Amino acid sequence: MRQVLLSVFVQLALMAQMAQAAGPAAGVTEKQATNWHAIVMFVIFVGITLGITYWAANRTKTTSDFYTAGGGITGFQNGLAIAGDYMSAATLLGLSAMAYAQGYDAYIYMLAFFAGWPIILFLMAERLRNLGRFTFADITSYRLSQSSVRTMAAISSLVVVVFYLIAQMVGAGQLIKLLFGLDYNIAIFIVGLLMMVYVAFGGMVATTWVQIIKACMLLFGGTVVAVLAFSQFGFSLSELFTRVESVHKLGSKLMWPGNLLADPVTAISLGLGLMFGTAGLPHILMRFFTVGNAKEARKSVLYANGFVGYFFNVIFIMGLCAVVIVGQNPAFFEGGTIGGKLIGGGNMVAMHLAKSVGGNLLLGFLAAVAFATILAVVAGLALAGAAAVSHDIYARVIRKGTATEKEEVNVSRITTVALGLLAIILGIAFEKMNIAFMVGLAFGVAAAANFPVLILSMYWKGLTTRGALWGGYGGVISSVIFVFFSKSVWVDVIGMKQALFTYTQPAIFCMPIAFGLAYIMSVTDNSARAQAEKEAFEDQYVRAQTGLGSAAPSSRH
Amino acid sequence: MSSEMYERIRNNPKFIKLVQERGKFQWTLSAIVLIMFYGYFMLIAFAPQLLGQKIATGSMWPIGYTIELFLFVFFWFTTLYYVQRSNKVYDDMAQDVVKEAQKEVI
Repeated sequence: MRQVLLSVFVQLALMAQMAQAAGPAAGVTEKQATNWHAIVMFVIFVGITLGITYWAANRTKTTSDFYTAGGGITGFQNGLAIAGDYMSAATLLGLSAMAYAQGYDAYIYMLAFFAGWPIILFLMAERLRNLGRFTFADITSYRLSQSSVRTMAAISSLVVVVFYLIAQMVGAGQLIKLLFGLDYNIAIFIVGLLMMVYVAFGGMVATTWVQIIKACMLLFGGTVVAVLAFSQFGFSLSELFTRVESVHKLGSKLMWPGNLLADPVTAISLGLGLMFGTAGLPHILMRFFTVGNAKEARKSVLYANGFVGYFFNVIFIMGLCAVVIVGQNPAFFEGGTIGGKLIGGGNMVAMHLAKSVGGNLLLGFLAAVAFATILAVVAGLALAGAAAVSHDIYARVIRKGTATEKEEVNVSRITTVALGLLAIILGIAFEKMNIAFMVGLAFGVAAAANFPVLILSMYWKGLTTRGALWGGYGGVISSVIFVFFSKSVWVDVIGMKQALFTYTQPAIFCMPIAFGLAYIMSVTDNSARAQAEKEAFEDQYVRAQTGLGSAAPSSRH
Repeated sequence: MSSEMYERIRNNPKFIKLVQERGKFQWTLSAIVLIMFYGYFMLIAFAPQLLGQKIATGSMWPIGYTIELFLFVFFWFTTLYYVQRSNKVYDDMAQDVVKEAQKEVI
């Protein structure tokens, strides 16, 4: 394995040198020269991260190393990694594009993505760390039936992971196609393969460092673009608003709540879905187990929240600046028609802005950042999906705790490869979808499937296995059905004329279904097992409150 | 961890005090964030015209943007406050409870 990684590393380093040499020598036009900046910077990123993966592979032996980096990540590191995990390519490209096209609506989305963090901190962070070990199913099944509740949690985790992966893969393919001149399918394969290498060899240690490096690059790159762009407006928001409203086709309506949230049901549902969806994303929840104790878990959220909030505001400024800087420059439109189709499609606003304010070097850097961003997020997702299969289903349900650590880690690695292949296939199948919208769907499922059972298991003594199963499956099935019959699948994919479910955001319907089923099926459960489960809450409660008996860190990185 | 030790902690008045105070603190902050967040979303849903207007004549700042910018900053400061208070006050109380329980075992 060392040999393989080493040779990949050497090859990439060679490629980087060749790329530098070949760029000017080939005498290519300006646009293609851009590609070399992006490719060189991306290859450097891949080289560094593969080096880290090689280093991490030697430190990844036990299940604790593999899933949680031995619990040795500090609060600050984890905060950066959470921000790196959370700010996806859809965040950078999709939300800047949405700000460019819809203005204020994008800002509303951003607050909904952001406001989940304080709630996670106040109500969940400490209990997650005190009760969990590797996956959030450790918590939901803490005093409930190991096999059935874990299976349910693993299934809903996988549903979220797959939805989110599709969005990431599609974003990756489009981006690389445009900026690196590679075929969409080849781009998807590169992302899928690198993801497999990071996770299968380096586990959580490598994944965490990929996310930390990527978060730093993203914060730096985004800030540089935003500062350069904003300087053209004298760093005055008033000036920016004035000029944006004077040229945008929505005019002053740009800063009004617009079409995306046209009706109250959609607006509230979006708020619910994004806020509680954040609190139900398996790859985010998993990050809470990588720190040593509850204190570090709290600090993680404080830092993550700061980085995420800061960056959303940066992206919004970028999107608005692009209205004037990109939207008024014929060079960025197909056929040179202002107001026509943007070159490379609607999601390329941030990239065009980078080129406009910082030339090819900045464009190359931001492209490399966006690519790195996709890799970091898919790695986190793959690890969470792999843990759901290997830790929850294989080790706890199938082997009932008799599997050795080695066996469990091996299953995890195999699952990672399987998920990588699945992501490649689905990435190709869903090429034409809007990526910001797909992320919204993933959040809806997380909010209705994972969050209700998790929060009830931590706070409500009365939750029984039967209630958890009905609530969890009710949440998964209802959200999948609502998404299936909504326009995005029923009309756009299957080709039916009219959507049976007319709302784009399912959370407002699915969350009450999940909570309601969990409640009714728990209070009507009078079995002896239900009684024992309710009594077991008392001990769980003390552990949740004090951390006494919680998983201790085994190593530092 | 033995059930007996958990039992002892549960009956420790300091534990009960910790749980009550911290619970109140957590739910108060959560309520503030939730009410502000969904209040804002209610405005988006039911009074979109209001949010589109400028904060004052002559100013270019829309009311909606200004409110939301404030919410970003305010929410972050609530997390800062929470972390500081938890680290200073409640962690010590929890440590105290655990120590007492362990002492009694010996």
